[in-house]
Amino acid sequence: MATRPVHEGLFTDSHLIGGRCAACGRYSFPAAAICPYCGARDVARVELSETGTLWGWTAVTAAPPGYGGEVPFGFGVVELPEGLRVITRVEQADPALLSFGMPVHFALAPLHTDDDGTQVVTYTFAPADSS
Amino acid sequence: MTRPVEVAGIGIHPFGRFEDRTVTELGVTAVREALHEAGDPQFQAAFCGTAYAGVAAGHKVLGALGRTGIPIVDVEAGCASGGAALMLAGGAIRAGQYDCALVFGIEKMPRGIIRSSFFEPWREEAGLAATPAYFALRAQRLMRESGVTKEQLAEVVVKNRAHGVHNPNAMFRREVTSEQVLASRVVCEPLHLWMLCSPNEGAAAVVLRAAPGGGAGSGVTLEAAALRSHLPGSVLSEGTPLSGLADDEVAPPTTLAADAAYDEAGIGPDDVDVVECQDTDAARELLSYEELGLCPKGDAGKWVTEGVTRLGGRVPANPSGGLLSKGEPLGASALGQVVELVTQLRGKAGPRQVEGARVALGHTVGRGANASVVVLKRSTG
Repeated sequence: MATRPVHEGLFTDSHLIGGRCAACGRYSFPAAAICPYCGARDVARVELSETGTLWGWTAVTAAPPGYGGEVPFGFGVVELPEGLRVITRVEQADPALLSFGMPVHFALAPLHTDDDGTQVVTYTFAPADSS
Repeated sequence: MTRPVEVAGIGIHPFGRFEDRTVTELGVTAVREALHEAGDPQFQAAFCGTAYAGVAAGHKVLGALGRTGIPIVDVEAGCASGGAALMLAGGAIRAGQYDCALVFGIEKMPRGIIRSSFFEPWREEAGLAATPAYFALRAQRLMRESGVTKEQLAEVVVKNRAHGVHNPNAMFRREVTSEQVLASRVVCEPLHLWMLCSPNEGAAAVVLRAAPGGGAGSGVTLEAAALRSHLPGSVLSEGTPLSGLADDEVAPPTTLAADAAYDEAGIGPDDVDVVECQDTDAARELLSYEELGLCPKGDAGKWVTEGVTRLGGRVPANPSGGLLSKGEPLGASALGQVVELVTQLRGKAGPRQVEGARVALGHTVGRGANASVVVLKRSTG
């Protein structure tokens, strides 16, 4: 089945694509030409760590505006070793099964299928004991 | 402050749902009331806060009243739109640009989870534009960092709904119990439906003028109106970024605005007698106590349990019933707070009166991120 990322430039098959500012050293996501912290224009595109820890989570129980995928779905914040906290879907829609600091890893998740049969995928993070 | 500014008149259209009225009509009601109370003055400028009313929304209201020709500026700053309008008008009067200015806020919010042009389309498609989920994450972190319990979140709702019973301008005017709040469905854990305010409709208006030198004014002065935006770095900031830093020391926009307002007014948080603060959700109110410096970090939950912020407590918060009772019409929200606080400072709030209130603080924060903090003071009596 043909797939397309929900948006270009956010992720590869295995990693999020972030920015690292040569001037202030901070990482950011999504990658942008200008550092959101110091305004420098020397930002390199880098693959971010594929593993992190869970910093916050909830579950979305009703489809938010513009969303055509399934509900409920997990939603949270993952902290990466680069010193970055990222808003992400979480591959666990039951909040009771998640905990602070839980190891999670990058994954791709299907969102919905376009009219021409193309599957739309996005980035997500899954608890380390699932795949 | 170069010259003092006083509140010459206030007006409000109740907050609720009004299928038979346009947003312009809501504005006309509030503006007419405020102008009438102020003695129908000649104002030299008008500032209109709104997020959803469209192009030249303020002009339509003043057009309907035959009061155009003056500069009319529509101001959008999310939930702080009315606070932003107040800042602009107050600053212009202080600086001597105008002697009298009209400030109003109007809104008719879409129903359901608000679709915001703020988010890029892909973010909606990926399910990452779920506004209540961001509120929930903020609530969860507050619970973890400040020891707030779910029962305390419910207690905020119980308190505000009890206050709202006495506010004729509120949408919900019935008391609720903690059990009922916790029995309402979970929208996004830990937030239950009744812990979230309802977007709705309404309008509020304030007439500001340079205070006469002799002190024989209206009795309430505008001591500060500060607006601040977010600093980058906080992942759960109302700026709703897709990432932030692993850094818990980034000052939130509410704290930036509060510090600026305290400085401008020459007061500290301990001087505040009554507060109207952002309670988009129950956790947001508790977080506001901490971010405004009203209580130390970690004490917000205890404050609501001990009734510090209840009517009759030391620092009553949201005596109007807050957004949890009134509902939230974005552009009108901050000025609705000002209407309540002026009423409190005048001693005219009836059963919801905060006895002896002299210094009042209004706070809004939301999308942008924008935060506004307004300080009002009773100048007579």
